[in-house]
Amino acid sequence: MTSLHGLVPHPALLLIAGALLLPLLRGRARSVAILALPALALAALWLLPDGVLWRVHWLGYPLTPLAVDRLSRLFASIFLLLAGIGGLFALRQESRLEIPAAYLYAGAAVGVTLAADLISVFLFWECMAIGSTLVLWSAGTPAAWTASRRYVGVHLAGGMLLFAGVAGQILGTGDTGFHVMRLDSPASWLILAGFLVNAGAPPLSAWLPDAYPEASWSGMVFLSAFTTKTAVYVLLRGFPGTELLIWIGLFMIFYGIVYALLENDMRRILAYSIVNQVGFMVTGIGIGSEMALNGAAAHAFTHILYKALLLMSAGAVLAATGRRKCSELGGLFHSMPVTTLCGIIGALAISAFPLTSGFVSKSLVSQAAADAQLQGVWLLLAAASAGVFLHAGIKFPWFVFFQKDSGLRPADPPASLRWAMLLLAFLCIALGIWPDPLYALLPYPVAYVPYTAAHVVTQLQLLLFSGLAFFVMLDHLRRTPTITLDFDWLWRVAGPALAGVARARVRAARARLARGLTGLGRRAGAWILRNRAPDGLLLRSWSSGSMSLWVMLVLMAYLALYYLG
Amino acid sequence: MKRGHRLEDPRSIRKLWRGFLVLLALSVLAGALIDPKPHFAIEGWFGFHALYGFVACLVMIVGAKVLGWCLKKPDTYYARDGHDD
Repeated sequence: MTSLHGLVPHPALLLIAGALLLPLLRGRARSVAILALPALALAALWLLPDGVLWRVHWLGYPLTPLAVDRLSRLFASIFLLLAGIGGLFALRQESRLEIPAAYLYAGAAVGVTLAADLISVFLFWECMAIGSTLVLWSAGTPAAWTASRRYVGVHLAGGMLLFAGVAGQILGTGDTGFHVMRLDSPASWLILAGFLVNAGAPPLSAWLPDAYPEASWSGMVFLSAFTTKTAVYVLLRGFPGTELLIWIGLFMIFYGIVYALLENDMRRILAYSIVNQVGFMVTGIGIGSEMALNGAAAHAFTHILYKALLLMSAGAVLAATGRRKCSELGGLFHSMPVTTLCGIIGALAISAFPLTSGFVSKSLVSQAAADAQLQGVWLLLAAASAGVFLHAGIKFPWFVFFQKDSGLRPADPPASLRWAMLLLAFLCIALGIWPDPLYALLPYPVAYVPYTAAHVVTQLQLLLFSGLAFFVMLDHLRRTPTITLDFDWLWRVAGPALAGVARARVRAARARLARGLTGLGRRAGAWILRNRAPDGLLLRSWSSGSMSLWVMLVLMAYLALYYLG
Repeated sequence: MKRGHRLEDPRSIRKLWRGFLVLLALSVLAGALIDPKPHFAIEGWFGFHALYGFVACLVMIVGAKVLGWCLKKPDTYYARDGHDD
């Protein structure tokens, strides 16, 4: 195997090259390529041995764009798996741009996980921003266009922070390698800030629920998987055990719950719950023990699967009804049984119900908090687990598929969409029942047994009673056609308003200046005309007599001054 | 499919509620049969997770309502004023 690995292509570059060739294909060849590309890249990944495999010099810097270890293999595998299943789901997507863009995006995300130097990480990082923006654009609606402008603005700003940090780090240490960093220099703070922007951390979390829901019915599946989870990967690699991340993660968890509770748009509810779930991962990274880091990695893996499943069921509803608002949906279980079932399985998995994938991954983070004797953190994580069931576990399926009957009777989606959903639903349950294959992939050995009587019973108590709270408080949770303001108000309203005021001020000042200059010019012109015109003071013709008089007067004055002097 | 699915029948809904309440009671009673091996004293209290889950959800709902009063706007807020153009 070791001797052969030189022949194996870089999985990320393979997917990116395939993405660039995809637009040339049509019909069956295109469909086959869409399904085969991620599978080939996944095969390439698993043919590669652990270790640093590519070393190149570029602009005088040593780069290692291909290096594999357990953590990078785990993340690259789930990215490629999701790219393939997402490709199957999006096979019938009318936009011919979306899947190539999504594969460019997925390839770049895989590239970040396989890069062992900061420069390669940065280059793939920016490719992700381009790929994801193209996925948004491919929705082709005015809302997607305006959202993509805000999205790319935030991500380019995040990219600048990262670039400044990377440049500072390389200049400061002379090392291009991407290792564990300590927050002891402005450069490492900038790198952390750049990573956190993509994680959806405060105060910029709003870019995520603002942009993702505007993608097409299939586009949001891709968007949910890569950007935030790549951020989780780089935080795992660069900043494990950074205590600040515990508090940032906890903030993200409760931000996601509270905003999702207030939200009416089903895809924005799921977008807020991405921030919420990434919060669990970021908290785990902050705790920093082997159990916690395993938990963060495992939760990223399972979350990609169940969130994609939830978004596929929401996407199937959107494609069939053209509606996203809970207040306009309801009763769809009548005619969309497969979509309803898959939505419920995704909802149970995100809520960490026993026998689902969320149960075996989220528990690792909570257990790590308990093992570290962080009682406050543990209590908040437990409350958050109840809150996840409340805001996503029940709210999403209840308002979309049940509650009042909206009278809509759309059919389940076509076969390729159904198969993609069923495959993910199977994985969510299979990993819940048999977590060993996932545990075997985690960066550290796992000695944790999720299925103890105590754990199952306490988790069921927590979830069932949060379900009771949902139905007891249902009147207070009824959806209204509203949105909740967020920090993006600053750049969507306050910023443009301030810019408008500044523009008006500048315009007024310029008009005043122009008026003043015109008046001045006019007065100067009049003065010149008065003096320099043919009949003006200085140029008019004088009679010889008056000239002689003036000459005589001047001479007399001279004489008088001479005598007086 | 015709209207009036059995899940929408009030009698079924009553039965579902009863089943749910039985499930809640069983989950709390099951707590007496297990050895929780608590990490923290509070975890060992009988029915702690049930009560904590319920109260935490109430607090989050009330918290969200309070935040909603301050920050809720019609969903046409950004489109209406042409902020996003």
